[in-house]
Amino acid sequence: MITLENIRKDFPGKTGAITALDGINLSIARGEIFGIIGSSGAGKSTLVRLINLLERPTGGEVIVDGEPVTSFKGQPLRDLRRKIGMVFQHFNLLSARTVFGNVAYPLELTGEYGRIEIAAKVETLLARVGLKDHAQKYPRQLSGGQKQRVGIARALACEPDVLLCDEATSALDPQTTGSVLELLQQINRDLGVTIVLITHEMDIVRRTCDRVAVLDHGRVVESGPVTQVFLHPQHEATLKLVREAEPDGGLLGNIAAVGASGRTVRLTFLGETARKPLLGRIARENGADYQILAGRVGNIRDTPYAQFTVSLSGTDVAGAIAGLRSGGVTVEVHGDDVVEHSSVTPLPALQRGGGLRHVV
Amino acid sequence: MSFENLYWSDIFAALSQTLAMVGGALSLTVLLGLPLGILLYLTGRQQIFSQPFAYGGLSFVLNIIRSVPFIIMLIVLMPVTVIVTGTSLGIRGVIFPLVIGTAPFFARLVETALREVDRGIIEASQAMGASTAQTIFRAVLPEALPSLLAAVTVTAIVLVDYTAMSGAIGGGGLGDLAIRYGYHRFQTEIMLVCVVILIVFVQLIQAAGNRLVSHFSRK
Ligand SMILES: Nc1ncnc2c1ncn2[C@@H]1O[C@H](COP(=O)(O)OP(=O)(O)OP(=O)(O)O)[C@@H](O)[C@H]1O
Ligand SMILES: [Mg+2]
Repeated sequence: MITLENIRKDFPGKTGAITALDGINLSIARGEIFGIIGSSGAGKSTLVRLINLLERPTGGEVIVDGEPVTSFKGQPLRDLRRKIGMVFQHFNLLSARTVFGNVAYPLELTGEYGRIEIAAKVETLLARVGLKDHAQKYPRQLSGGQKQRVGIARALACEPDVLLCDEATSALDPQTTGSVLELLQQINRDLGVTIVLITHEMDIVRRTCDRVAVLDHGRVVESGPVTQVFLHPQHEATLKLVREAEPDGGLLGNIAAVGASGRTVRLTFLGETARKPLLGRIARENGADYQILAGRVGNIRDTPYAQFTVSLSGTDVAGAIAGLRSGGVTVEVHGDDVVEHSSVTPLPALQRGGGLRHVV
Repeated sequence: MSFENLYWSDIFAALSQTLAMVGGALSLTVLLGLPLGILLYLTGRQQIFSQPFAYGGLSFVLNIIRSVPFIIMLIVLMPVTVIVTGTSLGIRGVIFPLVIGTAPFFARLVETALREVDRGIIEASQAMGASTAQTIFRAVLPEALPSLLAAVTVTAIVLVDYTAMSGAIGGGGLGDLAIRYGYHRFQTEIMLVCVVILIVFVQLIQAAGNRLVSHFSRK
């Protein structure tokens, strides 16, 4: 759907050019929810603004639906933008227009629809986002969550193939964030709209996205399915973002140091495996004991996961590990170089030698 | 001080002249100043059609006009006024210099008002596939409407002031009356009445302006 090839973006700065993006290669598939995560200043906004050419790349090519669009101007550019809806962190609604007027705005711009047609479309859109009764209100009379719903309805007005959301929930409280994310998933499901979700919160990616790219200092440092990136983070920047999403900050090094007398392993149970009582059974069968040093349990979108760092001791530790692996558990052994059951290469957190530094 | 020899009919005639001058000059000022203001806004630094040279040139010319005191402008412009309107006297003769005097001022106010519109709104409009003209006329100008109305109000009051001044060189209106009777013939009471009427007039303009501004404020 969207491909970015070798994208570079420099901004003129006081002391020479500032490189905001450097050699970005990304491919976003039709119908997926693709997350772009990174800390402040990583270049997320710049990246998303390149997709609808609000910003022109210094180098590289933006390809939408198989067509290179980087040099688009005038009418082709405006047509392209109509096929790409955008939702903003600060809503950017027209304060002089009612909710109805805001959603009607993009339709009026096309000049293709009559009054009655626009009214009918706006009504459907407002119903979709749950704002049917607020059509005649002005934005200032709405709550943040309602404003963002107007923003979403407006972005959907021209029936886009893609929705770009730049920190769409960052100005909202947790509960409202949840309902807006829910709405976006519903839109993705019902309308098949591809969604590009920009955020600095790993938790939002975990709950919403299919795949994710981690941006750091203008480069994609890691990308893949959320199950992969969230459970087996590789790059320092990703680790930092994952730790931020953990309730205790993910720093459990002390606990690990106190109790770790056996073999320290990280076990990842994903999907069906996470629902089975595997660990206890296999420990019993192999005469092994396990001490849980750290752990996290939850869902990645709808997929359940559980991940524990345990210290294994007892008669047949190797047998226990083999048993877990054959049960579908990903086992990463502290000190081992190769990890089976996943394409992941060694675990940086475990490799650093200083014991376990983050939750796992 | 006696009010017996007040010429009420003269005063009413002068008032209607003032109204005509302010009204006429105001509409022409808006007609000329609004596009100029939009042009300043568009060509300004980091704006949609950023054109540093065009902006600098336009800005320079407007500043020159604005730095000339209006009373001098009236005199300097007299020959041009005669060419444009056929006379330098009366309502017709005074509207031209009034417009030249206030349009640059109004244009600046328009520029400021438009710049205050949130950039995010412009960006959103562009992201929805709006052309620049659509963004200006359907998003930026409506968003700036309260500030633009405030700018019109301020300009109208400046025009009341200027019309009074133009009375000195035969422009007519309340200012003219006040100077002719009050200054040249020492009939201070006429001058007083004229000033009171002007004060009331200015207050009314401001009040009406405030009402309009708050009516269109949706923020
Ligand atoms: N118009 C601009 N002019 C100059 N530099 C810019 C401009 N826009 C962005 N930058 C720079 O590019 C870099 C990336 O900015 P960007 O806004 O894309 O980051 P971000 O990841 O969206 O951050 P945040 O989470 O704070 O929104 C920053 O160093 C920023 O200073
Ligand atoms: Mg940003």
